[in-house]
Order: sequence, then C-alpha cells, then structure tokens
Amino acid sequence: MTRPIRQHLEVPVADGDGERYSLRMGPQHPATHGVLRVDLELDGETIVECTPQVGYLHRGFEKLAESKTYAQGLILTDRLDYIAAMANNVGYCVAVERLLGIPVPMRAKYIRTIVGEMSRLCSHLLWLATHALDIGAMTVFLYCFREREILLDLFEELCGARLTFSYPRIGGVRQDVTGWFIDELQRFVDIFPSRIEEYETLIDTNRIWLKRTVGIGKITGEEALDLGLTGACLRGSGINYDIRKHQPYDAYDQVEFAVPLGSEGDVYARYRCRMEEMHQSIRIIQQCIDQLPPGPIVSPEAPELVMPNKAKATIQAGRSEYGTSLIRLIRERDIFLNGDVYVATEVPKGELGFYFISDGNNRPYRMHIRSPSFIHIGALSQIARGELIADLIANIGSLDVVLGESDR
Amino acid sequence: MEPMAIAERLRSEFPEEVLQIYTYQGQTAVVVRPERIVAMLRWLRETDDLRMNHLRSLCGVDNARRKDPGLSRFEVVYNLYSIPLRHEIRLRAEVGDEDPAIDSVVELWSGANWLERETYDLLGIEFVNHPDLRRVLLPEDWEGYPLRKEYPLKGEAEWAGMTELLDKIKELDQYGFKPDGHDRNRSDLSKEAK
Repeated sequence: MTRPIRQHLEVPVADGDGERYSLRMGPQHPATHGVLRVDLELDGETIVECTPQVGYLHRGFEKLAESKTYAQGLILTDRLDYIAAMANNVGYCVAVERLLGIPVPMRAKYIRTIVGEMSRLCSHLLWLATHALDIGAMTVFLYCFREREILLDLFEELCGARLTFSYPRIGGVRQDVTGWFIDELQRFVDIFPSRIEEYETLIDTNRIWLKRTVGIGKITGEEALDLGLTGACLRGSGINYDIRKHQPYDAYDQVEFAVPLGSEGDVYARYRCRMEEMHQSIRIIQQCIDQLPPGPIVSPEAPELVMPNKAKATIQAGRSEYGTSLIRLIRERDIFLNGDVYVATEVPKGELGFYFISDGNNRPYRMHIRSPSFIHIGALSQIARGELIADLIANIGSLDVVLGESDR
Repeated sequence: MEPMAIAERLRSEFPEEVLQIYTYQGQTAVVVRPERIVAMLRWLRETDDLRMNHLRSLCGVDNARRKDPGLSRFEVVYNLYSIPLRHEIRLRAEVGDEDPAIDSVVELWSGANWLERETYDLLGIEFVNHPDLRRVLLPEDWEGYPLRKEYPLKGEAEWAGMTELLDKIKELDQYGFKPDGHDRNRSDLSKEAK
C-alpha cells in the first residue's frame, strides 16, 4: 500500500541564487516564555524580514481592570509577567498609591523592596536557565532551577503561593515577615554569590557560548532608546537608565547599589548586565535585612483597601456581614480623586509603567500598561534583520520577553 | 527642569496648540490640539535643555463616560522622559469625536510603531503616515474596538474566524475520521477490559 504524499510536510528548499523562502517559527518555541510566532523571510540562512506576531493569549487586562475596583485589579497584575509576579504587584501598588495619595509605612516599603529584588533574582535565574538552554548549555539550566527553588520556597513561606502572589497590597503588604523567612533569606544571601560564580565558571570560558553571544544582535545606545528598550537591554548598550535610581520608589533611596552598564550592546553585554544585576540585588536585599525597621505593615489610611488580618474571628457562622461591610467600605469610601498619573517601576524585564486615569470612582477610568516585553518584541524585527536564523534564538533569549506581559 | 516650567515653555513655543496645563500628584500634563503633535514632540526631544529622548508610553483614551465636559471623545497620551536631564512631562492630544486620527510619531521613535498599532487595534484611532498600521493583538477580521467604552466587557459577538472554524469541524465530522482505536467509545473499552 502506498502512502499519500503530504505536501505540507516537505521541507522548503530555495532554488538557485536570490530565491527567498518564508518560515513560520512558533507559535510555541522554547526560546520564548509563552506563545510567540515569528514569520521569517529568509535568504539562505540570513533573515531578510522578521515579523513577530503576538496576541495569542489575549486576556483583556486593561478592559477588565476598568470594571474592577483598585484592590481587585491587583490580582490581574500577577498574570502579567508571571515569572516575576511580585515585581508586577509592587509596580501596580506603587502606581495606585500615587494616584490616590495613600502613604505606605516604612516597614512595608522595605519588605516590598526585598520581595521585588527576590523577584528580580527569580526572573533572571529563569532567563539565564532558558537562555543557556537555547544556546545549548543544559547544566546551567539545572543549576539555576536549584537556586530558584529556594526563592520560591521563601515566597511560599511569605504568602502561601509560588506563582501568583498578590502579596503587596495597596498601602502596604499582606502579612509581616516571619523570623524563619529572614533567617532563610540571610542564608540564601550568604550562599548565592558563590552560586553565581558557579554559573560564570560554566559559561564565561565556554567557547561555544562566547561564539554564539559576542557580537550578535548588536544595538547601539541610540537605537535602543529609539526602539524604547528598557532594563538590561538598554543598559547593555551603555545607557544609564534605571528607574530605581532615576525615580526611586519604596526603599530604593535608602540603599546603595550600582547600575551595571555594558558597552557593546550585543547578546553578551545583555547577559553580563543581568549577571551583575543579580550581585546588586543581593546587595540590596542584605541592606534591607539589616535596616528593616519595626512598625506597622499597612497604612492606617487605607485599611479597607487591604484584606484585614482578623477576618476569621469576625465572620460568624452562616452570616457574612463582615464581608458585605468590607465590600461596602471599598465601594463607598470617598478617597478617590480626579486626575491621572503615569508611574513606572523597574521590573526585571525593564520599565513597567501604569497610566491611570481616575474620575473619582472606585474603579480606574482608564488603566494602560506599558510593559517592557511588548516593546521588546516589537523591536525584534529591527534587531534580527540581517542576522542568521540560528542567532534569532539567542536574540529572543537575550531580550528576555514574557508573552503574558505583551498581550492584554 | 521643573515640569511646570517645561509646560510653560511649550506654551510660549506653540501658543496656538496648548489648551490647558495642570499638575496632579506632582506630575504635569499638557492638553494640546493634535495638528502639530509631531512638531511639538520633536521640539521637546531636540531642544538642548529639554532633551526628552525617551518615549515612555503612548496610549489612547476614550472619554465617552467621563463627567468632565469639554473633553473631546478620544485622546492620545504621550508620556515623555529625559534620561540625561531627569524630568518628565505628559502630553494629551485631543483627537476628536468621530473618526479620530493623529500624525504618527514613528519617525521620531521607531518604538512607537507597536504602541500606535496597539492604540489603533484597541481604540480605533488612526495614525497618519504610520508605516504599517494594522491590528497587532487581535485578528485582522476582528470587528469593533474593545477598549471603547460602549464595547461590552464580554464582547459583542463571536469572532467570525471562530464560527468558521466550528463550521469546518462540523463539515469534517461528516466524513467520519476514525482511524484505528479512535472510533471506540468508552463502553467498548470497558467491555474489553472485562
């Protein structure tokens, strides 16, 4: 019995010189955390045209947020960059606090800075793991997950969740840190620098790694700014822009740290920047542990926006009076002002900005998310043009995009 | 430079264009007419003591349900920041009620490309001179603009592509694609097990 020939399984072959063929990469590819399709126009192995396609996850965050109260909107931000959900929560809270003029106690600010930096470590570790895997290094992948596990355990101790935290709240944080948490975090801070050295010994002298990253995907500082790149992608090109320094939020103006800069703007420079950033994160966490002030963790001026700690004791069996009064307070309190703000924070991927318009209601009239991943994917077509198809993988990896953040 | 001073300088440079200046929570915003937006942004970007070289965000707003009278229905909001001089300002361009349109700023920042496509996709604001203005997040044949206020939260109707796909599945079902092992239902399997 003869089998039918399947046309679509044939490998596209270009005939002769100057013949181009197109290739669809994705919607799923291991180099991307999520669903990304890249339409490529190829001349041999060289990319002539590269068109990234997003939108496969469309979940309508902005529309949803406009129909929910500010406190309810918080849980949506967990689902943005789900690899560093905590940093997104912090960004959202900082923006809403600025919009509504809610103060935050110092202890909560320090705790948020700690969890924000832990989130940065989590994200950079996952980035390093998968980026190395894409380029062909398996061991680094396993090593990074070993350390990431400790951080996730710490998050679990803090708020019971390992992926979607919603731990920072508007006006403070959900719960205070425990002694165990601080002890374990201190232990992690002590050992982690030596672990970074381990990764570096594996990678930095590896000839394959260097051949695949040095001089690949070069962007000059000016181009990077033009494209709107932020975070390590911009700093790898030598532009000193870190919102933690430029417009400090939470406790970043209380701690000392350096902003690592690259100069070449290639995949290797972006890699080095992120590695140095991990050292700086450890420095920040250490200072926050040392300086952690006593005091309340929730601002007294925003009690009903935050889930109270004593919920259990006040709810009587069969009645949910407490719940309804809480909802009533959230709905009726007249603290909502008229105005608009744009507040950005430095999440692991770059600049995460929230543009809010409040029209005096308990819900945002308009919430726009400026997410780094969306802009970075948009920039991919310019970065990848003229490069080899194999380098596209290194390029996507070095931009460190999360598709959950790019779709809204 | 103080944001208020920047706004005042913008007003003296473009007296016809600037409609209103206000400050909220320490951030200054300027409401402007849309006609000369590219010239204004270029001036903000290239004047030596302003150097607003970072376009932080670009988004559209639908003012249909806002209580504030006098606002035009659609707005495009630009948040600018100067990395060397560390100051920021926001421009809100009023782009009209029907068929909103404004000049594209891709010639100033190539990164605006996707942001403008996103605004076009979700709010239906046209960007004149945009090199490649098409939907970015939604399918090409999507109807309506989801971030407009009259668009319901749960959507208006099923996407045409989805109904086509469902029809196609029904059509294929007629041919009864049943390769070995796939045509047996649960009861057959349980009999076999006995």
